Amino acid sequence: MSATTLETVYERLAEAIDATGSEKETLLLAKLALLLAEALGDPDRVVGLIEDAARDLD
Amino acid sequence: MRPEGRGELDSLYFTYPTFDAPERRDHLTDRAAVVIVGGGPVGLTAALTLARCGVPSVLLEAKSTYNDGSRAICIARQSYHIFETLGVVAPFVDKALGWTTGRTFYRGRQILEFEMPDGPHEKYRPMYNLEQQYIEQFLHEAVRANPLIDMRWQSEVTGIGDEDGGVTLQVRDANGTYALPADWVLAADGARSAIRGMRGLRFSGQNYEGRYVIADVRMHHDYPTIRRALFDPACRPGGTVLIHRQPDDIWRIDYQLRDGESAEAATREDAVRASVAGVLSEIGHEGQWELEWWSVYSANTLALDDYRDGRIFFIGDSAHIVPIFGVRGLNNGLADAQNIGWKLARVIKRTAAETLLDSYSPERRGATLDVFANASKSTRFMTPPTRGWQVMRDAALSLALNHPFAGAFANPRQMTPYTYADSPITLADRDGFACGPTPGAVITNARLDDGFLSDRLGPGFTVLAFGALDEEERIATVDPDATIVTLDPQGETARAYDAEAGTVYLVRPDEHVAARWKRATGGDVAAVLAAILSGQGAGQ
Ligand SMILES: Cc1cc2nc3c(=O)[nH]c(=O)nc-3n(C[C@H](O)[C@H](O)[C@H](O)COP(=O)(O)OP(=O)(O)OC[C@H]3O[C@@H](n4cnc5c(N)ncnc54)[C@H](O)[C@@H]3O)c2cc1C
Repeated sequence: MSATTLETVYERLAEAIDATGSEKETLLLAKLALLLAEALGDPDRVVGLIEDAARDLD
Repeated sequence: MRPEGRGELDSLYFTYPTFDAPERRDHLTDRAAVVIVGGGPVGLTAALTLARCGVPSVLLEAKSTYNDGSRAICIARQSYHIFETLGVVAPFVDKALGWTTGRTFYRGRQILEFEMPDGPHEKYRPMYNLEQQYIEQFLHEAVRANPLIDMRWQSEVTGIGDEDGGVTLQVRDANGTYALPADWVLAADGARSAIRGMRGLRFSGQNYEGRYVIADVRMHHDYPTIRRALFDPACRPGGTVLIHRQPDDIWRIDYQLRDGESAEAATREDAVRASVAGVLSEIGHEGQWELEWWSVYSANTLALDDYRDGRIFFIGDSAHIVPIFGVRGLNNGLADAQNIGWKLARVIKRTAAETLLDSYSPERRGATLDVFANASKSTRFMTPPTRGWQVMRDAALSLALNHPFAGAFANPRQMTPYTYADSPITLADRDGFACGPTPGAVITNARLDDGFLSDRLGPGFTVLAFGALDEEERIATVDPDATIVTLDPQGETARAYDAEAGTVYLVRPDEHVAARWKRATGGDVAAVLAAILSGQGAGQ
């Protein structure tokens, strides 16, 4: 994926989070995570990425 | 509980008989080979299993009749096979409602329809619905007709003590108290087991948050026998509802209590009526309905660390409590009864060594832990314990509206028989098999001529021999009760078992595979059978 398309994802996500509102944003992101995991078809990799995402949150 | 003005046994559809305590007192204190404490479905099944092997028992039941409400209603296929071996399956087949399909709804829209494994090679459907009173009644009628079983109603065990080579029970009934000596005891006295308490044993495990009201109503309602699960329905926002059809126009409605809702308030008649009315309007039932019975149930996974204490074996709810989702409470207990039954009978008849009994607890506790793993998953989905589980559950349900893959998370993982792969009396594969029931698993049924493979199994061990079996006569020298079934090494069954000429499966009395060989002689089979019965373990 080229940098511009990843940037598009970044922008769409920002817009979607704003459009959803803080009450439902967690649900939105959880659904997205399941959809991406299904599309990727590699559960081991996803489990590793969850650990990555959990790093440096503060 | 029942509506105001009706007694505990005033059912709309079931007439409760009353059974008296024994009147003749002279034989009551005779030493028994086996005493079974508790005449619920599990105790009744244990008595029938022993009797089928020719072993007499005394069965003590504190109450004067069957269960006051319908409690467990789902009977799994393997339990039908147990009933069949006990010669009692006919009334179940006549009365119960078989089913294969479940439907899951989220906010009123269907997100999943699942089919449980079934096919023309199966004699019985994956699941049957039948009220627990009938289950007990059908089993009890067989018990009553069996001269080897001395069932004593209104007979409560109030004490238990060890003695040399046995156990003495204190029994109290309407006509007095007495001491009953026994060689062995099967404690089938339910979730609140008095025997467990008297022996100072405790459950370990987890209590879950989710509490359910289970209510039975009578109504004419036009819907097939399909399990319905409603997530976040309009009638109970955020909650879960289950609906099952039972015989006699009785419908089971389970609904989750809200956080903070007290069980006491929720089980008041007016509260139950209002909740049931909400569910019925959600599923479009416009007609009349009558409230039959209700109760409250919580989702626990609790078990004893060891199902044996000296000469006492715990079977059924006295040994383990499991959540209702996946319907394993009763079915798991019936398998306990069958498992200890065939082993204990052989020890008593001295056709097996006492060490055979050592396999009971690991096999059946293993089954319970497996149930826990599955049931914990279902329970977390039905009643998410924390915010994390709630977020992911809601994400899956919401996705499932448009993406079928996410609906699979809502599959209740219904009961399948456990595989005793690590049991001391299971012989691990030495030969490579591409398919077929693995060592420790329940056999795969198959169509044979006009019937099924399961019809050909003997009352004891069965040797399934594909093609001619050399040295066949060696088997009878080890176990004269073994049955040898010769099968076509070419046919469909052979393909399902990955068998060729000379392939042999050794099947236990409970239909689990003990060992299998790509090519074996009667001598090979006899050696493993001898090792199992002598208590050395199949691998010795
Ligand atoms: C309210 C409720 C709802 C349930 N709903 C479901 C459900 O929807 N689905 C499901 O799969 N399972 C359900 N279960 C569980 C299911 O009913 C049990 O798994 C099943 O009954 C276990 O059978 P059992 O024979 O081990 O014990 P029980 O059926 O409890 O039988 C034990 C027997 O022992 C007798 N007894 C007790 N103490 C003594 C004593 N000291 N002396 C002599 N006799 C004694 C009792 O009177 C009783 O008859 C429910 C249980 C309860 C309590």
